[in-house]
Amino acid sequence: MMRRVAVTGIGAISAFGETYADLWNGLAAGQSAIRKLTLVPEGALRFPNAAEVPGYDPSRHFEDKEAQLLDRFAQFAAVAAREAVRASGIQFSLELKERTAIVLGASGGGKSTEDEGFHTLYALQQPRVSPLTIARAMGNAGASRVSFEFGITGPVFTISTACSSANHAIGQAFRMVRSGEAEVAIAGGSEAPLSMGFLKAWEAMRVVSPDTCRPFSRDRRGLILGEGAAVLVLEPLDRARARGAAILGEIAGFGMSSDAHHITQPSAQGAARAMRAALADAQLPPGEIGYVNAHGTGTQANDATETEAIRAVFGSHAGRLLASSTKSMHGHALGAAGALEAAATLGALRAGLIPPTANFTCPDPACDLDVVPNTPRAAEIESAISNSFAFGGLNAVVVFRRLS
Amino acid sequence: MSAELTSQDLISRVTGVIAKTQKIPPESVTIGKTFEELKIDSLDGINILFALEGEFDIDIPDDAARQIRTVREMVEGIEKLLAAKAQAARAPE
Repeated sequence: MMRRVAVTGIGAISAFGETYADLWNGLAAGQSAIRKLTLVPEGALRFPNAAEVPGYDPSRHFEDKEAQLLDRFAQFAAVAAREAVRASGIQFSLELKERTAIVLGASGGGKSTEDEGFHTLYALQQPRVSPLTIARAMGNAGASRVSFEFGITGPVFTISTACSSANHAIGQAFRMVRSGEAEVAIAGGSEAPLSMGFLKAWEAMRVVSPDTCRPFSRDRRGLILGEGAAVLVLEPLDRARARGAAILGEIAGFGMSSDAHHITQPSAQGAARAMRAALADAQLPPGEIGYVNAHGTGTQANDATETEAIRAVFGSHAGRLLASSTKSMHGHALGAAGALEAAATLGALRAGLIPPTANFTCPDPACDLDVVPNTPRAAEIESAISNSFAFGGLNAVVVFRRLS
Repeated sequence: MSAELTSQDLISRVTGVIAKTQKIPPESVTIGKTFEELKIDSLDGINILFALEGEFDIDIPDDAARQIRTVREMVEGIEKLLAAKAQAARAPE
């Protein structure tokens, strides 16, 4: 049994605000939400900017007692999932709860919770840490919280593959619904990496830009870290139509590969194999794709390698593709990146409007694609792919199709 | 302030840090070698920068670091940063 898979709900919390509408409206306007980082003291890092959820206040979403149990990354997962499920209009019967899956990406887990515990031990010289540390910091805390929110008793798990986590999660959920293993899936990713200890580790890697994120620009200086979550509700297309749900798009395929090459250096061959696998899974020839939501981190290595991979897969059609990086606006949210980008790609297909690569200054011959520089572009596109390529050489690509 | 490092001292400290970080014999790291010859990739490079910052108590900016491809360029870069540090220490408040 191979069923078509519709997206019937989207929720998001990002540097643009606490709803999917905030995210999409910002991207559609081509505005970058990269701003001064406020979660750590000024001057503590080589880079002053990030894509931080502005003015996030847990008490607007959770009772104090609940919030105490939840790291910021798990809260983001719950906030986005509530919006997605509400938008889908699904009422979970007892039977449906058992037939629903939750698959969420999370790269770092509860980093600020860990940081706080270590600070208590090593800086404050206290002999003990909070007994809630493990429950807050574990990578599956977000997925588990979402299961409590709706009483979901089917398969629930977390995928942690660094920057590809959410694409792997969405792809896995898609396949579970397509095969009939699950009737409904809640899938996406969440991340809250803006904690001093983790930011210092990123600083030491020298991949974070000292100003902003300029993917595909010749003068790009690195990525900008972001935080947030996005969650999709997936169900069989027939089921969505039968219940008269608003259909926001289709997931048409998923492909993955591993570079087996280098822990941080990307490989064009590995990226290309994932894109080819995704297109084959969707049974779409490359010429049918109109838009690529690029991994586009804004590092020297990624953007040139990704361009090479896109050219290898799409051949002469690469010249007609639109390929933008929305990380220029919502930042690189690591384990949530693919989820925010899925939300962006679905928005682009629905609205007929391609969000641009913001902050673009000058073309790079090594990135010679139409990257939709700075200005959103009206374009009626039927099918699109969203790329995620992780440290460790793990690649995951999702194919989306417009459905009305 | 302490006496400024002579060039030869500086070279041997820098090459020593590179050898230790790369886990290669110190005599294999000479001033004329390129990073490519020493099989230093991008991740090794940031690891060496980190060790050099500790060795000399300096801050090596990302943009300056990105251009460095040889042992000689690394020594010259460190020399400049040490000179700037000494200058800053001598400057009146």
